[in-house]
Amino acid sequence: MDGVDEVVSEFLTEAREEVEQLDHDLLAIERDPDDGEALASIFRTVHSIKGTCGFLGFSELERLAHSGENLLGRLREHELAMTEPMMQSLFDLADGIRTSLDGLEASGTEEGTDHSTLVTRLDDLFATDPADQPRSEMLGQRLVESGAAKPADVADAIRDQLEGDDRKVGELLAERGVDPSAIEEAVSEQQQQRSGSTNGGDASLRVDVTVLDDLMNLVGELVLARNQIVELTKDRAEAEAVEASQRLGLITTELQEGVMKTRMQPISGVWNRFPRVVRDLAKECGKQARVEMEGQDTELDKSLLESIKDPLTHLVRNAVDHGLETPAEREAAGKPAEGLVYLRAYHEGGQVNIEITDDGKGIDAATIARTAVEREVISAERAEELSEREALNLIFQPGFSTASEVTNVSGRGVGMDVVKTNIESIGGSVDLTSTLGQGSTAKLKIPLTLAIIPALIASAGGQSFAIPQVNLDELVRLSGEEARAGVERVHGTPVYRLRGNLLPLVDLRDELGLEPVPSGSGEDDDVLSIVVLQADGHTFGLVVDAISDTQEIVVKPLGRHLRDVDTFAGATILGDGQVALILDVLGLGNRAGLVRDGREAREREEATTTDHGTQSLLVVDVGGDRRAAVPLDDVNRLEELAADSVERSGDREVVQYRGRIMPLVRLTEAVGGFDFGEQELASLHCIVHSRGSAQVGLIVGRITDIVEQPVASIEPASEMLLRGTTVVHERVTDVVDVEALLDAFGPPELATAGRELS
Amino acid sequence: MSDRQLCTFRLAEFTFGIDVQRVQEVLRAQTMTPVPLANDVVEGLINLRGQIVTALDLRRRLELPLRGPDDEDPMNVVVSGDDGALALLVDAIGDVVEADDATFEPPPDNLAGIARELIRGAYKLDGMLLLLLDVDKAVQLPSHVEAVVATQREREELAAVS
Repeated sequence: MDGVDEVVSEFLTEAREEVEQLDHDLLAIERDPDDGEALASIFRTVHSIKGTCGFLGFSELERLAHSGENLLGRLREHELAMTEPMMQSLFDLADGIRTSLDGLEASGTEEGTDHSTLVTRLDDLFATDPADQPRSEMLGQRLVESGAAKPADVADAIRDQLEGDDRKVGELLAERGVDPSAIEEAVSEQQQQRSGSTNGGDASLRVDVTVLDDLMNLVGELVLARNQIVELTKDRAEAEAVEASQRLGLITTELQEGVMKTRMQPISGVWNRFPRVVRDLAKECGKQARVEMEGQDTELDKSLLESIKDPLTHLVRNAVDHGLETPAEREAAGKPAEGLVYLRAYHEGGQVNIEITDDGKGIDAATIARTAVEREVISAERAEELSEREALNLIFQPGFSTASEVTNVSGRGVGMDVVKTNIESIGGSVDLTSTLGQGSTAKLKIPLTLAIIPALIASAGGQSFAIPQVNLDELVRLSGEEARAGVERVHGTPVYRLRGNLLPLVDLRDELGLEPVPSGSGEDDDVLSIVVLQADGHTFGLVVDAISDTQEIVVKPLGRHLRDVDTFAGATILGDGQVALILDVLGLGNRAGLVRDGREAREREEATTTDHGTQSLLVVDVGGDRRAAVPLDDVNRLEELAADSVERSGDREVVQYRGRIMPLVRLTEAVGGFDFGEQELASLHCIVHSRGSAQVGLIVGRITDIVEQPVASIEPASEMLLRGTTVVHERVTDVVDVEALLDAFGPPELATAGRELS
Repeated sequence: MSDRQLCTFRLAEFTFGIDVQRVQEVLRAQTMTPVPLANDVVEGLINLRGQIVTALDLRRRLELPLRGPDDEDPMNVVVSGDDGALALLVDAIGDVVEADDATFEPPPDNLAGIARELIRGAYKLDGMLLLLLDVDKAVQLPSHVEAVVATQREREELAAVS
């Protein structure tokens, strides 16, 4: 073994010196492509490295050297002329050799070195057809072609150079009787071509990102000016003005797309490092993993690409570290020993979706929920109500990953909550799904670009607002009788029946505290415009005064005085020069209490649906035009109490019931509704509900019916105390959440009873 | 440290001055887009040649009586800050004044409340006092919570006095 090591280390030392020389020679050639000696020296070096590698069995480096040698051979024989890409590849070749040497020195093996891309590049260059090359840059060849020199003379001159004559080919040829004026002409031609080829030869050029940013800003301004012109010429009669403005519009759009394109980069720029990351990480964890990619060409704005780099890396590392099992575990589970991390990117509806999937063990939602409770991320009660998807996504909650869990692998001070925050800060979202035993998928939705977005312009209280099209589902316009009858109320909260589903409505004017505009024309007064929006997977209707049109708007950030107003995502300048605020639909939904509560209620319904398809509801009259229902499961007994049997204890109403004192809660007080006034004096309907050993009476109005209601028909409600809303006998009915109600209004001893029980 | 040039403006019955170097430009009343739910001091947003600028009402900031409907439209003093431009709404613009530091005095001890925080002192000019506004503090809005607590404290203090 020692003998072999000695040979290897000798080779390494020698090769390092040679690579130094390689760099030196390459630089010489870059300065003067006719430097035959330098070329020959490079050829020799690479050839000798190749030979030794073959002997020592370093096949990867041998392969690289071989490809390099092939190309150098053709260059040396003047079959090919040196070009910029070739030059670069030769420099890369020197770097590649150095990388290999580093690797060999560190580990003694070639593991982890992969030169395939460079090898392919060298091979491609080697296969260049000389006919496709620009006219030769080699002076000798040029002179031969023009007939001023004989091939033998050129060959002699080059041989002289190789033998140590350090004069240039031109000078040597002049010595051999070639016409000096022809040489001079050829030299100047050569120089011209060389300078030309560096400018025009390469189809791409590097541009400072700030230049592109400036350009993007200017285009933004141009879009605004265009919108303004279009607005001004809209109602004009002069056909020419209209035509010109339309042309301006078209050109601006194209320019905008063009500039945006310059900032677009394929996602492969970020992904390309993942195979290596996964490979190294898998090795570290004693696992086997490979990466497969789909949609590497999917393009994203450069700045967005930058922002998703770290979150993506984190997710990929997590997939390997926590997702994939060890080869033994995998084989026991009947999977191939090598795990798969699958990356997929694709465009969908103006967004880019990125999925990171592993075929590992999956995540147990119940474990996550338990951990979350242990770490006090959520309460135990809340945890029980979570759907599987919600539980999984607890991973993204701050405080979920703690120091104890951080391995040196995926924990690098970045928790999953940071991943979520980063993605959300660029207007994206992240969602986790998992099947136990089969793997997990993290799905990211990222906007294409941030600067210019299509938006709907709507007005409320005399002010225009821009609503990002991404959040827009549909528009509903009701007029006349429809508008008056269309909106029903659930405990004061307006809803609209959209194709049979209850759509919670938010009045933009109310939400923002705007004054109604004094009704002017009268025509629009009985029109109701609903913008159906969705945020975070929840749908609601935004009632606005009017909807004007859609526009491309340029998003401008709000100043620091306004950053804490989460209802607005930014501002823009409209065609008429007015500043309009851009609504943050998620922020608005949160503010209206819709998004969060709505989700909880829905998840709860989903959970019950799987148990049984229908639910028995006790329908009660709450007075006025409101109706409420209490799930029969929550009803222990129904009692009719004489009104005068109600006594007071402290500030609470109580009644003597079966030898005990039972506290009373009035439903009307708790969830609102009309008082019954006189009629409630005679007798009271009381729903007796027990929790543990304690009992409580829920005073309701008239009990009208008991119905079997499909659970699916119960829509989530925005109110805390409602389990949802449904339609019973053509009437909107609130389904009361008795537990929540008693928590909020019940006597304290009841809460204690509940706790004892659990 | 002798003379300084101040851009002056009027707010209610007072004359204020700010360092002329801080003033980017002065504009007539602009179309204002109000920002619902924002701090009261934020009057709205204006379009300054394509740039969106937040406008702050100095009367509200200094807790002066608010402009009535009959008052003239306010002027905008656009000042540059760390975070881009900001417009300050004032009643009227005055001249640029060369103020002699010798006539400067720190705020009187009995100056209370918000004025004490935002006024750095007064130049004693002929026939009037020119109050030097601390622009950086004036554009720094207390957070909503702080504001509520402050009002509450004020109310308690008032109650304690009476």
